[in-house]
Amino acid sequence: MLASSSLEVVTTAGSIDRPKAGARAVTKIQIFDLYKTYATRTGRTTALQKVDLDIRENEFIALVGPSGCGKSTLLKLITALIKPSRGKILLGGTLLDKPSREVGIVFQQPVLMPWRGVLDNVLLPAEILGLDMTEAKARARELLELVGLGGFEDRYPGELSGGMQQRAAICRGLVHNPSVLLMDEPFAALDAMTREDLGFELLRIWERHRKTVVFVTHNISEAILLSDRVVAMSPRPGRIEKVIDIVLPRPRTLDMQFSPEFKAHSDEIRALIRRT
Amino acid sequence: MTDPSSASLSSAETDDGAEAWVDPERVSLKNVLLPLLTFSVLLLIWEAAVWQARIPAWLLPAPTVIGEAFADWWRELLTHSLVTLYETLAGFALSIALGVPLAVAVVYSPVLQKTIYPILLALQSVPKVAIAPLLALWIGFGAMPKIIVVFLVCFFPIVVSTATGLTAVPPALMDLIRSLSASPYQTFVKARFPTAMPHIFVGLKIAITFAVIGAVIGEFVGSESGLGYLILVSSSQSRTPLAFAALVVLTLMSIVLYYAVEYIERLMVPWATKT
Repeated sequence: MLASSSLEVVTTAGSIDRPKAGARAVTKIQIFDLYKTYATRTGRTTALQKVDLDIRENEFIALVGPSGCGKSTLLKLITALIKPSRGKILLGGTLLDKPSREVGIVFQQPVLMPWRGVLDNVLLPAEILGLDMTEAKARARELLELVGLGGFEDRYPGELSGGMQQRAAICRGLVHNPSVLLMDEPFAALDAMTREDLGFELLRIWERHRKTVVFVTHNISEAILLSDRVVAMSPRPGRIEKVIDIVLPRPRTLDMQFSPEFKAHSDEIRALIRRT
Repeated sequence: MTDPSSASLSSAETDDGAEAWVDPERVSLKNVLLPLLTFSVLLLIWEAAVWQARIPAWLLPAPTVIGEAFADWWRELLTHSLVTLYETLAGFALSIALGVPLAVAVVYSPVLQKTIYPILLALQSVPKVAIAPLLALWIGFGAMPKIIVVFLVCFFPIVVSTATGLTAVPPALMDLIRSLSASPYQTFVKARFPTAMPHIFVGLKIAITFAVIGAVIGEFVGSESGLGYLILVSSSQSRTPLAFAALVVLTLMSIVLYYAVEYIERLMVPWATKT
């Protein structure tokens, strides 16, 4: 059974690939027996079928698969903006039945507010959550500095390139210091060069501010290069084929994509998600 | 890692690249001079044709005769202009004051949307020229019936554009806001209303051009002052040059009001008007 194989990987995988000194892997998000079906014109479509997955604290995990495999649906279920048809999700041990402030989100499009400057855009979640604005501002400035947007605080989104806008969107996702960062194909709208740059910048941020990152992408190389584990998903109905431990050491470099380990991972994932 | 300053530089280059080979100063000169030249030539033809064909001034006055009417009647023109301007602005303000809140109500209440929208559409479909005499019958000949006509012509575009704008928040941004459990008030103030602003101004710009027409329609039906009244009286007394002068003032008023709204738009929604 496919789902049970994914569970097996979760339970048997130790801290082999994680150089986190002495830290034991704690489960951050637990997904049990998750189903999501949608009513459509022609009947019901199963977007997700029997998904079981444990996501560890502070790990970088990627959901990979072709369109229609339910990876974005799974991410949206973790935001609790939609409800599962069956099954449940635990966040930090408690049932996730409404959106949690422990979660930050980054979308494919930056969706910054054009009437706000960069800093004020980043501060939006802090404002809504009613956080201490002095602290939030300091944190926002630090994050902007970290992604190379120091000095751009007062610029408007319309004055920035797509890559810079997406950097600001990442800062916005992190400003309220969530323990989980959900990213829905965050680099898909960017050109290849910017995409690589931003991937490694994301890793630098993640090294600095440890978070559980759930990263949805249809780009297999990107998933391998960034993640600790890759969840390979296949469509119709969307389900998990396998969870793969990435054996590449950290810090990751662009050269690693020419290593035999990378190729082995890439071939395996490609074979998994192509299987129908 | 990309240097952000170089990134902005390259984007600026691509922005300018498309029109870099056109001298912007020559473009603006062309934009101003050409219409001005066309307009002057048309006036000259008009002037020449009137003198050549010996058309009497009560039938079609020459531009210079209209100019004389301006000089002779400027006091009356000014007084009546102020009346029309007041009716126009009062009706316009009223339609904003009632239209924007109604649009908010419609967006937030599906029931209201189903009940009010058809009524609005029906109201919009009734010719305002037909309503004006009824308003005069009901309310009389003061400024109020004119203000109501202006209100009626302005209301619909303002409600529709505001309602459209309030629902134009990108779905991903809505998801982000919902994921932070924002209150309906926060959602409105921080996302919906600012998103709607450029849309509202589209409605306001359409409405202001209708507004002056609305005021004149109201004055045509029954009034003792206003530019519409002046046009009606002067043409019935064969003072056609004065009627034309009033017409010119009306046109100028409409244009100035339009640009005034556009100027306010530039101040209030600079992010949407920057080119």
